Amino acid sequence: MRDSLLHPSRRRFVQGLGVAGIGLGLGVVRPAFATASMERPADQGKDAVLELREASVDFTGRMRRAVTANGGVPGPTLRWREGDDVVLRVTNHLDVTSSIHWHGLVVPATQDGVPGLSFDGIPARGAFTYRFPVRQSGTYWYHAHSRFQEQSGLYGAIVIEPRGGERERCDRDYVLLLSDWTDEDPARVYAKLRSRPDVYNYGQPTVGDLLRDARDHGLGEALAMRRMWNRMRMNPTDLADVSGATYTYLVNGSTPAGNWTGLFRPGERVRLRLVNGSSNTLFDLRIPGLRLRVIAADGQPVEPVEVDELRLSAAETYDVIVTPIDDRAYTVFAQSIDRSGYARATLAPRAGMSAPVPALDARPRLGMRDMMGSMSGGGEMVMAHHARTEYGPSVDMRVDMPRTNLDDPGVGLRDRSHRVLTYADLRTPGGAVDAREPGRTIELHLTGNMERFAWSFDGVPYAAARPIHFRQGERLRLRLVNDTMMNHPIHLHGMWSDLESPDGSFQVRKHTVNVQPAQQVSYAVTADNPGRWAFHCHMLFHMEAGMFREVVVS
Amino acid sequence: MRALCVVLLAWVAWPAMAQEMDHAMHGMAMGPMQGGQAPADARDGDVSDGVAPSSMHDMAMMDMDDTAPVGNLLIDRLESFAGQGSHGQSWEADGWYGNATDKLGFRSEGERDGGRPRDGDAELFWRHAIAPFWDAQVGARSDLGDGPSRQWAAFGVQGLAPYWFELEATAYVGDGGRSAARLRADYELLFTQRLILQPELEVNAYGKADPRRRLGRGIARIDAGLRLRYEITRRIAPYVGVAWEHLGGGTAAMARDDGRRITDRRWVAGVRVWL
Repeated sequence: MRDSLLHPSRRRFVQGLGVAGIGLGLGVVRPAFATASMERPADQGKDAVLELREASVDFTGRMRRAVTANGGVPGPTLRWREGDDVVLRVTNHLDVTSSIHWHGLVVPATQDGVPGLSFDGIPARGAFTYRFPVRQSGTYWYHAHSRFQEQSGLYGAIVIEPRGGERERCDRDYVLLLSDWTDEDPARVYAKLRSRPDVYNYGQPTVGDLLRDARDHGLGEALAMRRMWNRMRMNPTDLADVSGATYTYLVNGSTPAGNWTGLFRPGERVRLRLVNGSSNTLFDLRIPGLRLRVIAADGQPVEPVEVDELRLSAAETYDVIVTPIDDRAYTVFAQSIDRSGYARATLAPRAGMSAPVPALDARPRLGMRDMMGSMSGGGEMVMAHHARTEYGPSVDMRVDMPRTNLDDPGVGLRDRSHRVLTYADLRTPGGAVDAREPGRTIELHLTGNMERFAWSFDGVPYAAARPIHFRQGERLRLRLVNDTMMNHPIHLHGMWSDLESPDGSFQVRKHTVNVQPAQQVSYAVTADNPGRWAFHCHMLFHMEAGMFREVVVS
Repeated sequence: MRALCVVLLAWVAWPAMAQEMDHAMHGMAMGPMQGGQAPADARDGDVSDGVAPSSMHDMAMMDMDDTAPVGNLLIDRLESFAGQGSHGQSWEADGWYGNATDKLGFRSEGERDGGRPRDGDAELFWRHAIAPFWDAQVGARSDLGDGPSRQWAAFGVQGLAPYWFELEATAYVGDGGRSAARLRADYELLFTQRLILQPELEVNAYGKADPRRRLGRGIARIDAGLRLRYEITRRIAPYVGVAWEHLGGGTAAMARDDGRRITDRRWVAGVRVWL
């Protein structure tokens, strides 16, 4: 962090305050000395009450307004049992329309919580009661689907116990909800990105980097490396639109300095329910000294696989089991994809213990495969079929031959000496619920123009797009080709995304599928849930900028 | 006039040249990765089967609006200069309000020399995206400062050329058969994430002499600058630099008659502010 030497105040963003404060000031901003240590709101069961309110929070030493559920950021954890009929009474005390979406839950379209598609939203100072049966189990989360309220703090975890009890015996069970917080008004963040898309990127290539590359690889090679990127007006350090320059990364609402701690007795099996509830961040998470036994992805069980590190794309969840043997503390370390900051928590035998916090990695740079796909060599050759609408001003590049392999952990994780989870490692036991072959394929390209900060499917932003029609009852395939150089975690509401391996066979059931730069990913969908559904990139600012479509099942 | 033609040609040709380069970098087997025309067999992206969007589409737009306008004002230069034959202040500002494809653009630049306004203009444009990295702009310019005020209709392009050069080329048509052209280019060289060197070049040319504004025909003025700024934050960056003002053709002759320098090297110090 050379930056923080020059700018000591930045440490506050990266580390946050030791104690995050929250006050239900009802519109009154309290002085900083009056902030209490944040009390987590009580868990809610199948008859849940959620009160949405603006409140003052203090993560960085400055009081800011957040949108809270039951007074917390995050809101209360919702704990249900498979088979429950849940009733959620949500009261909106805000001055604006709000909404809550149950991410990953298969519910009737009217209960899905997307204003304009599912319902009218929850009016300002109004209320809405959600009712739906819970027909699944696992770790999920909820978040606002209105404007930037998710970024402002309106999110929380959902834990659903299987009908027959948990399959994996564990001594401890913790939710670790990772998120990103900014002291800035998220609308302002968005406006800044629209006018200067690299505004939060403090890791851009410099003259010094060029000299270093020239020393390491020779001047010719260094210049050649730069040439292609510069000619295309692409930036190899464009990993995250919003970085630690404004974000403080949280675990269960605690800053790195706040150090959320989960207790264990040595030898116990500890289940960690990892939720990436951030608005615009991909996290790479590891716990030095512990293997992560991955038992579920996006709430759904997977054949257990042991890894040392995993990437959580926005909105993904993973359940892992760790077995700390030693009588010592372990650091849960989750750095952002651009290495501009990290979220941190601790597992310890006793409160107050801590373990060393690893240094942030050097900032990775996108590789040729992130720009050229399989043209850069390796992997099966497939040709993408670009849409007519991709040849306009809203698309700054297209990838003709995307890579299809799923065994790439992605930029920044490729050179690890330890094992990193990839999608190729994830297998749903028992295969697909719907064994039918997809009857047809819809190809959609993930497109954008970084200079304009415009994002879209097939070059058409939501405002100008027609819906995507699924015929009710059909089994179809979505083939997503990422024409951009950023990761896009794509989320289909209301139905599962059955991720396919490159050869077309069923791999794993997910609700959010991250598509890496210049990658093609296919998944099968059973269109068995009638209604109007949201389909979008889960990077909040990409969604707001147009990477959103309506899916109609009829 | 010849110079004017060169400038005009440059602005017409540049986007095409950029496309050309993009084409060249790829083999024949595939299309260009950027820009270009949709091939005849391009995919039809409409998979709606004629199903209409949600009747609450506008509602949804209220909460998620990718066409919502945002605003932006960059005061790129707000500086004092000390030249060999002049000392004063100058400014350059660029702002816009709009969305990814359509913007209302505003630009102004000018200088005060020895305490009185010498040269300056303000422009208002409609900017429309015509290519991934290029906007066409149509609008008006009003000249301030020495001599009678002049009004112009303006047409041009602005955008980002390969290798990250910001370019702007504008042609102007005024009353009385007046014409003018302006070409601007700048670049950013990062020494660190905050210490940035910005070379800039601006050429102004006129199709007809305007003695009352002390302008001759042809290239009237070339401004080149090298400014080294330090971004304390993205919003505020003090800088120091050196700039050259060079007068050409008839403008230079008039300046000689007025006892002014043809070439003036200036030390500059100022602040760049992004609102």
